[in-house]
Amino acid sequence: MEPLRMETENLTVHYGKSVGVRNVSLPVYDRKITALIGPSGCGKTTFLRALNRMHDLNPIVRIEGRVRLDGEDLYAPGVDPVAIRRRVGMVFQRPTPFPTMSIFENVVAGLRLVGVRDRERLMGVAERSLKAAALWDEVKDRLHEPAVGLSGGQQQRISIARALAVEPEVLLMDEPTSALDPISTQAIEDLLAGLKEQVTIVIVTHNMQQAARVSDYTAFFLNGDMIEFGPTERLFTNPSDPRTEAYITGRFG
Amino acid sequence: MNLRRRYLRDRVMVALVYLGTALVLLPLGFILLHVFTQGIGALNWAFFTQPPAPPGEGGGGMLPAIVGTFVIDLMALAMGGVLGLGGGVLMAEYPDHPLNRPLRLVANVLGGVPAILMGLFAFVLVVEPMGGFSAFSGAVALAILMIPIIMRATEEVLRILPWELREAGLALGLPRWRVTLSLILPAARGGIVTGLLLALARAAGEAAPLLFTAFGNPFLSFDPLGPMDSLPLKIYVYAISPYEDWIRQAWGAALLLALMLMVTNYLARRALRRS
Repeated sequence: MEPLRMETENLTVHYGKSVGVRNVSLPVYDRKITALIGPSGCGKTTFLRALNRMHDLNPIVRIEGRVRLDGEDLYAPGVDPVAIRRRVGMVFQRPTPFPTMSIFENVVAGLRLVGVRDRERLMGVAERSLKAAALWDEVKDRLHEPAVGLSGGQQQRISIARALAVEPEVLLMDEPTSALDPISTQAIEDLLAGLKEQVTIVIVTHNMQQAARVSDYTAFFLNGDMIEFGPTERLFTNPSDPRTEAYITGRFG
Repeated sequence: MNLRRRYLRDRVMVALVYLGTALVLLPLGFILLHVFTQGIGALNWAFFTQPPAPPGEGGGGMLPAIVGTFVIDLMALAMGGVLGLGGGVLMAEYPDHPLNRPLRLVANVLGGVPAILMGLFAFVLVVEPMGGFSAFSGAVALAILMIPIIMRATEEVLRILPWELREAGLALGLPRWRVTLSLILPAARGGIVTGLLLALARAAGEAAPLLFTAFGNPFLSFDPLGPMDSLPLKIYVYAISPYEDWIRQAWGAALLLALMLMVTNYLARRALRRS
């Protein structure tokens, strides 16, 4: 069996009186890519955001069950969500460069803003992160220009580099290519394969082909339930649940 | 034929927009022009360098009031800026904070209170306990006037920033206060500076809150704990006086005040564009 990095146990996410995700138990294997697929509103993003306590800011959200990172429960009393988010990073659907910062400042923001001032170290981190995000060659000559001047695809890779710069153990990606053109999408899909050498990835996508291309494991969500989980190849070629089959063959969604 | 009517209607509407703009700009231009023509004659070397002269003697200037305006308004901006920014940040960034509702109420009430009451308030709060009129008490009165303006402007500009910006910062493992301080406030600085300038402009033109706080002083003073003069006070006193040269100087002071605000506005915007 593969080593676990994270796992959820009977995770339920309530939004006020309604339920976003119901009773989901999912393993996240170390240095693998786990894809969450399903139609819009099925709870995959809600589930993802529970993995780094991103729901904390929303007072109407209530979480039940366990989410473990290296065996430790993220929602146990006394756990600091800020410390969790340093270990579990996140990339969002829309690129989110910090508007007042240069490319360099954006990438090292997670270090600089907690007091790391050593210029040489920051430069090293910026170069390593930008290389990991396959962006170094495109921006190395204009690191001190504003990040908002880059294209959408480049901005998204800045967001990825910025998340990698704090060396998280797990990287959560919420439809990272849905706002991008096909060429930028391709660039990001290509870099995922290299990234999983250093970081465990959980990616939400409503693009089934993308899940099939990039992931090692896939979980299929429907109406807040996790219907099926398994190795990606098996799930796509030989789904065990008729609803999974119906979805991946395009009969709904 | 339908298309021609639509073009026609379009042109009528555009003309109406221009007309409305002109109607708004007209009084503004008229006021500025009038202040300029009436006031320019009073602006001479003595106006900027001399203390006021007794009535009828002629000459004299506004030096104590000019200095006092800077001192009082800067003190007020420092106090009102810190409190107003703090309140605006709390209202926009921590909407579930228990202090939020009372704060909003205070902002709304303060925003509707006549300026002279701010002076009375500062009189009771500062002048009486400290035993005398002072520039500091005047600054407190003006600061209270500024707070609701700065608070609302800050809240509004923070609200229009995308929520994702905050989440992106939090997802890096930054604490909430750090996200606000280093990501949100810099991203909103243009709007925040506009709010500060609006508040400053509003307060700098007020004489009423200063009447029984800063009180006025014919002599040059830099002492924040003593009475101090200010251009709006001088305008108020001189404009209702029966002396012709005082009235002339009141126009001069009005022109100077308007120019100072315009220059401040221009300099702040230029500094923003540079950074």
